[in-house]
Amino acid sequence: MHLTLTVNGTEHALDLDPRTSLLDMLRDHLDLTGSKKGCDHGQCGACTVLLNGRRINSCLSLAVMHEGDEITTIEGLGEEGKLSPLQAAFVAHDGYQCGYCTPGQICSATAMLGEVEAGWPSHVSDNLEDQPQLTDAEISERMSGNLCRCSAYPNIVDAISEVGGGRK
Amino acid sequence: MDVNFKMDKPVERSLLDTTNQNIISRPLDRIEGPLKVSGRAKYSAEFKLPNMAHGVLVGAAIGKGRVKEIDVKSVEALPGVLMVVTDTEKFLRNPAQGMDTEAPKQGVTSIDYFGQPIALVVAETFEAARNAANALSVTYEDAEGRFDFDARIDTAKPKKDSEKNQGDVDDAMRSAHANVDAKWTTPSQSSAAMEPHASLAHWEGQKLVLYGSYQMLSSNRLQLADAMGLDPEDVRILAHYVGGGFGAKLGIGPESVAAAVAAKDLGRPVRVVMTRQQVFEATVRRSNTVQHLQLAADAEGRLTGVSHETITGNLEGEDFSEPASAATQFLYSGANRRFGNEIVLMDQVLAGSMRAPGEAVGMLALEGAMDELAELLDVDPVELRKRNIPERHPTSDLPFSSRSLAECLEIGARDFGWSKRKSAPASTLEGEWWIGHGMATAARSNMLIKSSARVTLQPDGRALVETDMTDIGTGTYTILAQIAAELLGLPIDAVDIHLGDTNFPPASGSGGSFGAASAGTSVYLACEKLRQTIAEKLGGEVEDLVLSDGMARMGNTSEPLSELIAEPLEATATVEPGETGKAFVQAGFGAHFAEVAVHAHTGEVRVRRMEGTFAAGRILNEKTAISQCFGGMVFGIGTALTEDMMHDHRYGHIVNRDLAEYHLPVNADVPQLKVKFLEERDHAANPLLAKGIGELGISGAGAAIANAIYNACGVRVRDYPITLDKLIDHLPDPKGL
Repeated sequence: MHLTLTVNGTEHALDLDPRTSLLDMLRDHLDLTGSKKGCDHGQCGACTVLLNGRRINSCLSLAVMHEGDEITTIEGLGEEGKLSPLQAAFVAHDGYQCGYCTPGQICSATAMLGEVEAGWPSHVSDNLEDQPQLTDAEISERMSGNLCRCSAYPNIVDAISEVGGGRK
Repeated sequence: MDVNFKMDKPVERSLLDTTNQNIISRPLDRIEGPLKVSGRAKYSAEFKLPNMAHGVLVGAAIGKGRVKEIDVKSVEALPGVLMVVTDTEKFLRNPAQGMDTEAPKQGVTSIDYFGQPIALVVAETFEAARNAANALSVTYEDAEGRFDFDARIDTAKPKKDSEKNQGDVDDAMRSAHANVDAKWTTPSQSSAAMEPHASLAHWEGQKLVLYGSYQMLSSNRLQLADAMGLDPEDVRILAHYVGGGFGAKLGIGPESVAAAVAAKDLGRPVRVVMTRQQVFEATVRRSNTVQHLQLAADAEGRLTGVSHETITGNLEGEDFSEPASAATQFLYSGANRRFGNEIVLMDQVLAGSMRAPGEAVGMLALEGAMDELAELLDVDPVELRKRNIPERHPTSDLPFSSRSLAECLEIGARDFGWSKRKSAPASTLEGEWWIGHGMATAARSNMLIKSSARVTLQPDGRALVETDMTDIGTGTYTILAQIAAELLGLPIDAVDIHLGDTNFPPASGSGGSFGAASAGTSVYLACEKLRQTIAEKLGGEVEDLVLSDGMARMGNTSEPLSELIAEPLEATATVEPGETGKAFVQAGFGAHFAEVAVHAHTGEVRVRRMEGTFAAGRILNEKTAISQCFGGMVFGIGTALTEDMMHDHRYGHIVNRDLAEYHLPVNADVPQLKVKFLEERDHAANPLLAKGIGELGISGAGAAIANAIYNACGVRVRDYPITLDKLIDHLPDPKGL
């Protein structure tokens, strides 16, 4: 099937097998292997990308559902020499080890900070009305869809907290 | 210029304590960090070769029996399908064990466990291959499977040479002032590294090149060569980045041979990536264990007897048995001692090494038993452990190379605020939560493994390190750069590290916490040799040479390295274990302290605080070492509370074979952990004076949580993981408080 979409600011016209997931489209057809495949079932979060600014598991979405959409992958957030604030903070705080879940963590955190700013409550928020604060508990809760077997969680929380101004 | 060094006697003085580049040990950022955080670090499945085809493995849908027929025709006509590979002789029944130098059992006509790979479907695209793999029609002949461990436990057979007896434990137990005599059980576990096993194979004539997600390339090369009937020289394996291993990628897996066979038959590169389900079903697990622990103590709380006997399961023809008593054998005193392992033959996925094989689950039992003994004796748990630190190895009488265990216990207790703990269980209720505190010792044996590296000083003043060592998240890239930069007096960004290619000198690989020390020593030795050559060029003694910030100084002469070196200056060095490995007991030590909350009505457990204090010789990079300990401690949280790979007793399949049902700790399960390292040097370990750190953090971690749960609510669970169903019926009535 024919598909036109924008990835990291570049428009792509593709002819794809309708069974191709958004993740496999990125990895196999656009050579954007920064988005990782850890489970292919939406259970680990390694494939997290931004779809029109919102975080999604790209393995759970078929590419052909995204006609006209704007996708941002980890490659679109920054690169060596011009890392995004979160990317730089993950390096500084050692918010990773093997690095395989890392792109998903950073894409997820990028969108998550926006969700907090927009006032979305979470399971650990005090109530549904007030502006949630970026506490460690809020970060941990909101980042629990991204597994890290190397278990860099404390450092991931530090990195996100620093960028989001959590511990003022 | 080759250097060969055998660790035959303690190293009195390490060069790392004499140089002044101020790079070693510092908490520097990972040098490959920017590549990882920007998605540019390439893992095995991410290389794209021209004309590459995609393979998807097909696993057996029965747990025991025989393949009668694979109906290749059932999928051949599907669009995009190129071939179905059914090499019943070459395919691996199961992965190789770590450090094996030969292929594991080959041949897949008979089915020995559910999910055993029996065929590979290859197609033009991944989508076509996946579809055809699902559609492939296979007929089986079922056989009676050995799937129920508990029902078969009486058939356990002793593991060869595992039995050790000293004195009379039974008599010690009878005459003890207090004793503990109980069984602990731990379930099967999966390493569950985030990157699934992957191999991309292609042939250059008769030579096989494989991008493989593996931990130990030099032995992986031998395994793969043997499996394919090739000369090892004709096999090249590359693994620049590995998305975690934790033991599951120590030996080659079924996907490697399947990819190699398919690539050969097809004359095209073939990529095979395991599905997450296949990683659970057809790689390697930590065996479930039943551990019988006996401790006998006198009235002063001194151990008089220690017994630790373990029963595990494994496939026919495999003799690995989780060495759960590994640390028990040297950690505490006691004149009467008994250890042994038995294996129950099971038709279940291979059991092998997972992070800290032995200590990881063995210390759950030992440190749980010590907690129970402390209570019986009315002695503080920290004090009981300190009282039983043996002067020398309780059996061999060998000295310890370095051991800051008492200091770790004392400092850890002080930092944690242990003295404020209430020793009576169920003493503190906060709202609906019982609060408790627990501790455990950490101990993990230290090893040195043969390892080689080549270091080249370039005329432009840069250094290049080459070795087939891997970085599986352990920090290898960075610590090797730190060692080379420190010893050659270079800024760290003047050092290039090339890893993960068997074309480079063979390294120890990543496993058993020996990678940093072993590969690091080879780099140290090569740099030492280069320093000598530089001194000679300057016409002086190496003792008088100072290398700093790219300058070589000797007396009053000072010259930039880049001007001193006209041609690339190269040294290859190999380190081998020697006499110090036999003359000393070598291990890292530490202490875990944990605070948990147990919900008074549901039994839900939350870890609120967890602190580890460790000593493991010189710390090569404080930042990456802390991360390694965090990782181990979080494995401990998973072990204590959630991880349980369940085997179906009727059909042999793994019930929870994915990341939704096999519960790794998630971010919300982990509090802000604290790790502290004590200053230590181990002169018998290696010239770096460093010991392994990758597995120390997990050893004992789960026990500290279990002991804290008991302290919180008074329920002692010896059957891991401690899920709420095991607590809820026994929780105390909170109304009393």
